[in-house]
Amino acid sequence: MSEKISGIAASAGIAIAKAFVLQNPELTIEKKSIEDSSQEIERFQSALEKSKQELTVIKDKANEELGEDKAAIFAAHLLVLSDPELVDAVKQKIESEKVNAESAMNDVSSMFIDMFEQMDNEYMKERAADIRDVSKRVLAHLLDVQFATPASISEEVVILAEDLTPSDTAQLNRKFVKGFATDIGGRTSHSAIMSRSMEIPAVVGTKTITEKVENGVMIIIDGLDGQVIVDPTQDEIAAYQEKQQNYQQQKEEWAKLVNEKTFSSDNVQVELAANIGTPSDVKGVLENGAEGVGLYRTEFLYMGRDQLPTEEEQFKAYKEVLEKMEGKPVVIRTLDIGGDKELPYLNLPKELNPFLGFRAIRLCLEEQDIFRTQLRALLRASTHGNLKIMFPMIATLEEFRSAKSILLEEKEKLVKEGTEVSEDIEVGIMVEIPSTAVMADTFAKEVDFFSIGTNDLIQYTMAADRMNEQVSYLYQPYSPAILRLVKMVIDAAHKEGKWTGMCGEMAGDPIAIPILLGLGLDEFSMSATSVLPARSQIRGLSKEKISAHIDEILQMDTMKDVVDFVEKNFK
Amino acid sequence: MAEKTFKVTSESGIHARPATTLVNQAGQFSSDITLDYNGKSVNLKSIMGVMSLGIQSGAEITIKAEGSDADEAIAALEDVMKKEGLGE
Repeated sequence: MSEKISGIAASAGIAIAKAFVLQNPELTIEKKSIEDSSQEIERFQSALEKSKQELTVIKDKANEELGEDKAAIFAAHLLVLSDPELVDAVKQKIESEKVNAESAMNDVSSMFIDMFEQMDNEYMKERAADIRDVSKRVLAHLLDVQFATPASISEEVVILAEDLTPSDTAQLNRKFVKGFATDIGGRTSHSAIMSRSMEIPAVVGTKTITEKVENGVMIIIDGLDGQVIVDPTQDEIAAYQEKQQNYQQQKEEWAKLVNEKTFSSDNVQVELAANIGTPSDVKGVLENGAEGVGLYRTEFLYMGRDQLPTEEEQFKAYKEVLEKMEGKPVVIRTLDIGGDKELPYLNLPKELNPFLGFRAIRLCLEEQDIFRTQLRALLRASTHGNLKIMFPMIATLEEFRSAKSILLEEKEKLVKEGTEVSEDIEVGIMVEIPSTAVMADTFAKEVDFFSIGTNDLIQYTMAADRMNEQVSYLYQPYSPAILRLVKMVIDAAHKEGKWTGMCGEMAGDPIAIPILLGLGLDEFSMSATSVLPARSQIRGLSKEKISAHIDEILQMDTMKDVVDFVEKNFK
Repeated sequence: MAEKTFKVTSESGIHARPATTLVNQAGQFSSDITLDYNGKSVNLKSIMGVMSLGIQSGAEITIKAEGSDADEAIAALEDVMKKEGLGE
């Protein structure tokens, strides 16, 4: 008998495959006395060997698919397995204390883990997690339980997990991973964003999926409607295969719009752009017919490594994106670190409210070496395409002025050194803090453009942590409160002859699109995969007709009223 | 016995990636090889030993080798230190 579990649709499409429950097993270590220590040492040695083989496979795979940079961590894991301090200590313990290999290994590795955890350096503390990972793998072999390793998957599966961390997703092989479902998370959680950029169907926030499903059970992931079907009947499989085909057909229809510009039915043109995290994402941007990059999140250049990227490394990345976009606009956001994105090597103190703390432009204005290096790389790259620079988390005009004057200082230095810098780089800001939305008319006199970051704007306007499921009902993109702020920003920009974009999830949302078009938004930047559906939708919408209803919408009482109205009138 | 002292010049000290290369190289030799820093001495063939020192930029470290291939070991490790931009 099949069972349906509901969640949040995170990435469109249907996947049908066997379940792979990505759950690291609870390992119960019992201390036992043994007679034959040489036999026990042999068991230990063989568990080490098996772990090494596994890790070598993982490392090679990571090397192939993710690059040497990300594979380096597995090389370090391998060295831990042949570390004489660890291996000899375990052997000695087995021999002298006559205990089983599991407990000896557990004791010795715990000692190392404690030692690293007590260091006062964040980077070293994280290494404790590496040692824990490696020793768990060895213990799993000793106990003969299967250890989940997403990189080792070699048949078609859908992944079920409590949540997927960046390091889990780094190991996923698109060839075999057909989709995934998680217990926690929402549309904007890391795993949801990853699923869209990998273009695999996903449902998040199911709450119970890993509890209810065992490895190997057939699963259907319906990323269109946010459903997971466990152990489907033949009829259900057939029905979903048909649904998948229909979706494919629709996608083919959309594909015909790849080289089109975006016009509403009454001939108003808007720009549809895509959000990216790395230069390799540009391929998807072009394949999906985006007219530009509306948000290049530069954080990824700084993450998953143990030191800051050099100016040269950054220059290469920015240049690559600008060149590949062939003169189409590319909005690059300067470093937005802090909040949920930490850089261990910066050794920043832990904060109680990281989203309200020392992050993004606040950090850059304080740690100017980091900021200036990035700005120099951007300025040097500017001659290779159509660059626009955007500062994140601007709360006051002073912040914008300081950031811009640092930019101009670096520009002047470069010009003096004889380096060529583009003369028409637009400089704009993210609008994600309510104070800035309210003051948009003042900002509009000095910035070249606005880009509204809805994820944060909603979280700050509603005072609701977007990671906290209990207040997730307050994540209300269509709330009249948010819409009024958006209108203030767009109107303020237009009054000064400037443009306004939006680079949050909301820009690609089918309910929000008609309203945003009616409000006069100039640029919509979204996941690359949302571009064609959005273009198709906008072609069927009349801006004039929606604009006539905008005041009415902004006067509505609740978000539900807005949604009902849009669904009834503009779908 | 052979030994050599280095000044660590890489900005982030000796972290995972360069430490991996260093330990891998040390493992190629039969000599006992140690790394001395700040009054502590660890086995240079042990990744956890090396990382536990938390060596920062500007530190002075000494590598010592004792055994039949001690001289070759020091030469090879000096090479790694330079190639990886760790120190001189």
